[in-house]
This record gives sequence, C-alpha cells and structure tokens, in this order.
Amino acid sequence: MSSTETPAGGSTSRPRAIVAGHGDFANGLVSAVDVITGRGAQLVPIAVPGLCAEDIEQLIRDRMKESGVKVIFTDLQAGSCTMAARRILRGLDDAVLIAGANLPTLLDFVFAENMSAIDAARHAADRGRAAITVVGTAGGVKQA
Amino acid sequence: MSLVLNRIDDRLIHGQVVVGWGQPLGVDFILLVDDEVATSEWEQELYRMGVPPDMEVHFLSVGDALARLPEYQADARQGILLTGDIDTMRRLVNGGGIQSVNLGGIHHRAGRTQRLRYVFLNNDEENALRELATRGVAVSAQDVPGARPIPLDDLLAGVAS
Repeated sequence: MSSTETPAGGSTSRPRAIVAGHGDFANGLVSAVDVITGRGAQLVPIAVPGLCAEDIEQLIRDRMKESGVKVIFTDLQAGSCTMAARRILRGLDDAVLIAGANLPTLLDFVFAENMSAIDAARHAADRGRAAITVVGTAGGVKQA
Repeated sequence: MSLVLNRIDDRLIHGQVVVGWGQPLGVDFILLVDDEVATSEWEQELYRMGVPPDMEVHFLSVGDALARLPEYQADARQGILLTGDIDTMRRLVNGGGIQSVNLGGIHHRAGRTQRLRYVFLNNDEENALRELATRGVAVSAQDVPGARPIPLDDLLAGVAS
C-alpha cells in the first residue's frame, strides 16, 4: 500500500499539516495525536531550537515543499514559528495558519478527512477554541 | 529607569520577549529598534499582531532611537528595548544612557561559534561585546528570567554551563 492510500476503516497516512512551536510542543502533540488516534502521520512536527528567524522560516518552507501541505498549526501568537508562518503565507491564497493550536484542534483535524485540509483546519480551530473547559469554580463546568 | 531590559534577540518579538519577560516585568511597551523594520509597514503589522492589545510596540530607526531614548528612559511605564543584532545595540550604547545589555538570542549563522544553546558569536561580534564591557556596560546572557544570567567573561571563556 502506498503512503497516500487510505486503509479500510482507517485514515490516510499522507501528511496534511505542519505542527511547529516551542520546545517539544510539536513532537509532543503529534505523539499524543498518534497515541489517541493512530493518525499522527498526517502531521509533520517541527522543532526549532537554536535557529534564527530566517532559518525557522526556511525550515518550514522546506517541510511544506517536501510534504506538499498548505496548513500550519503553531502554538503561540507571538512565537517565532507563527511569525515565520505569517511571512510564508504572505501572498499565498491557498494556505492557512492556525495559531494557538491545542490537542483538541489537532484531533478534530485528523478526523476531518472528508474536507479539504484548509476547511478541516478552520473547522478544527473552532473545535479547539470551544474545547477549553474550566472545572471547579462555583456554578459548575464552564466553557471558555 | 523605565527601560527595564535592553535585549539583543535576532527573533525580535517572540514568545520569550512577550510572555517570558513581558509578563513578569509588567511590560507596557516594547521599543523595537531596527532600521529595516522601521521602514516596513508590513513587518510592523506582523510584530504588532504578536503582542497582547495592552502592550504597545514602537518601531524606530537607530537614528530616531538615539534622539528619543532619553524620552523613553524617562517614561513612567515599563519598557523593553529590543534590537536584532549586536551592532544596533552598540550604536545605541554609544549614544549613552544604557548601563546593561541582555544577550537573549543570537542564533546559528555561518562563521559563528556556539557559546550557549541560544548564543552563537563570530570574532567581530565577540570584540564588539568586549568593547561594550570595556565601556562599563554590564553584558550578560539570559534567555528567560528564571535562567541564571551568564556574565560576558564567563560566556567568552567557555565556562558557561
């Protein structure tokens, strides 16, 4: 079976998005997605220790080119990977950046295989935002 | 003095600056001095999007910063002075009024030697930092507030951990 085929009842192992962020954020989240769903291969993790801004941007560009993906998930609005992704997306009308991604975001994304990767990313962003829950305050469970 | 950190960081505005330093220091504004960014509306907008709404970012060329540093240093609010390279900070130090410099992120580039996980320097850059120290400026490397500041002498002597 080629890497782009979808196994019966399973999912594609084709990369559909890049995950980039501070420290082990990307590897950790992709590992968690794989443990929970077995679909971690849809995500390409990128760590950027010791790299300057230009090298971060080039690394993400290279990974996008190698994998053919047009979706980037990052951890922090102010983060270097987010800044680099914004630069990469400048002038591109067929790519999307989701900054502030969390595990529920990525879980939703890897299951949304019936959508284009761009639409799946937007849907996943909404799901990730809504998945933050506060427990233990007076009044019970609250959605953030 | 309202400029509570004078930082060299080639990533300019990013997580360590905005969150790592900005939150514990209660920073109200960032003074980003960079001749290239100062002439690019698009770059400025990019960096503005990276900071919370209650944190101001002021973009200045080196020339404008030299003229306005006393004004910012007298500001009652807390600010971070940020440059992307050593030479820009050196020019600001030459203008006077800067007593300390934080090496926050000078990353790998051809010709540089690794001194710390986040500090790589070539010979000219090392000499420029030594010159700052000779002028009485306290130069140390420290990426985040919780890390131990490493004095320039230790950094260049290779005894930094």
